Amino acid sequence: MPQAGRARPGSHGPEAVADRVTWVGALDPDLRTFDIILKTANGTTYNSYAVRGSEGVAIIDTVKQEFTVDFLAKVEAVAGYDEITTLVLNHLEPDHTGAVPEFLRRAPHVEICVSPRGLQVLKALLKDRFDDYKVTVVRTGDTVSLGDRTLRFLTTPYVHWPDTQCTYLEEQNLLFTCDLLGCHYCDGRLFNDKVGDFRFSFDYYFDHIMRPFKRYVGEALDLIEPLNIDMIAPGHGPVLRAHPRDYITQYRRLITKRLASETGDLKTLLIFYVSAYGATAQMAEAITEGAAESDDVRVSLFDIQGGDVTPFIDLIEEADGLVLGTPTINGDAVRVIWDMLSSLVDIETKGKLGAAFGSYGWTGEAVNMVEGRMQGLKMRVPEKGLRIKMHPTTDELEECRDFGRRLAAHLAGRPMEREIDMSALLGG
Amino acid sequence: MATAKLTFADVALTVNVPSGTRIIEISEKIGSGITYGCREGECGTCITRIVEGMENLSQPSALEERVLKDNMAGHDDRLACQCQVLGGTVKVRPG
Repeated sequence: MPQAGRARPGSHGPEAVADRVTWVGALDPDLRTFDIILKTANGTTYNSYAVRGSEGVAIIDTVKQEFTVDFLAKVEAVAGYDEITTLVLNHLEPDHTGAVPEFLRRAPHVEICVSPRGLQVLKALLKDRFDDYKVTVVRTGDTVSLGDRTLRFLTTPYVHWPDTQCTYLEEQNLLFTCDLLGCHYCDGRLFNDKVGDFRFSFDYYFDHIMRPFKRYVGEALDLIEPLNIDMIAPGHGPVLRAHPRDYITQYRRLITKRLASETGDLKTLLIFYVSAYGATAQMAEAITEGAAESDDVRVSLFDIQGGDVTPFIDLIEEADGLVLGTPTINGDAVRVIWDMLSSLVDIETKGKLGAAFGSYGWTGEAVNMVEGRMQGLKMRVPEKGLRIKMHPTTDELEECRDFGRRLAAHLAGRPMEREIDMSALLGG
Repeated sequence: MATAKLTFADVALTVNVPSGTRIIEISEKIGSGITYGCREGECGTCITRIVEGMENLSQPSALEERVLKDNMAGHDDRLACQCQVLGGTVKVRPG
């Protein structure tokens, strides 16, 4: 019997979501923080599904460890363990695999289907017991037959772990997506046309889980969009049975670049700075002048002290290059620069050009620190950071312009080729 | 000492290195976008595209071959933490 609104943990029995497809997941309405980084005002669900075919039953994903007893009770209500032939793990994060060890103790004969990268995590999950089980690595196009039901796999890495995949129930146009197209929203009514308004949660989840992997989300959507889809059954939040394609369309909208229509083939370079006495500001302006000489590059300059970090992250997400200017204060970069750098974990930074500069009075560590962080964000940092002691001279300002010109050349794909000996890197 | 030329295409920099140098030893020092996780050939984070000079690299170990396969790497890909530049010229780009 479907329940209205919130439900207590474990208080919801198995529920049919389609012909011979049953929800056997768990409700966690009291959760208020997920994975440290997400606030969950409405709790969450750990969705698991049982698919019954004429020659076997498949379990699609499991639940967080603390809900194992509840999960197994639901599984046992819909199938005997001897009937279960397949365990599909679309994603190996603990909130979906916490119940796997106990499930396997009860159903050691099942075939476990994981993606190629899921295999590595499964080994870590099962430790010494791994070799006791039958594990099959599946890739896009591979299928598992349950007799009159067929599960087809789609390898969709990095939405949001390297191991993620989707599973398509061919005969019923039903797509199991695990974290993709999910959200943290707990409502015992289970279906998107029954639960409360969860749009905020759907977009919030995308922003914090999928956003850094937009490129991969796009590749996953390319695989999914051609499918006939009557229902999407994600690993968290409501089952999307009413207008499921609308949610795919929303993901497509969320990954689409907005600035591209204005900039065309131009590369975009953003320069942010903080300046204590105006010296780093002078450097920033000169670097901007140099970069702006390039017809291939659109340069923007911001004094970050005059703005909140958050809106700038949207700009950086679509930019090709990021330059940060900071003075060194107490042997460190200044706080707002670190705030900006720490916020970049929410977006994809891999491959963007990065560079740093700054004036200093005594030791000047900040520029190297910022460069190190940029490399940690998988950015390429082709030019050694520019540091100037105190206020720049006329010649030093020309160095800044040259620095800007070289950065623009890198962005435009016509950098000056350089050659050095390894000893130069070792300080020899 | 035998040397080789190792070019990082993403930052347009060639480094003259002693034979036997692993790509990751250099990439992290020059700001190339090649990154790494474990540095032990397990995680696959440092998969790198070999643009030129595959023949001038050490042969992949069984471990590297398995990790490349598990990560669906292409024929031109290697693990920057594992392969050594033996001589000649090699040009790489982050994978």
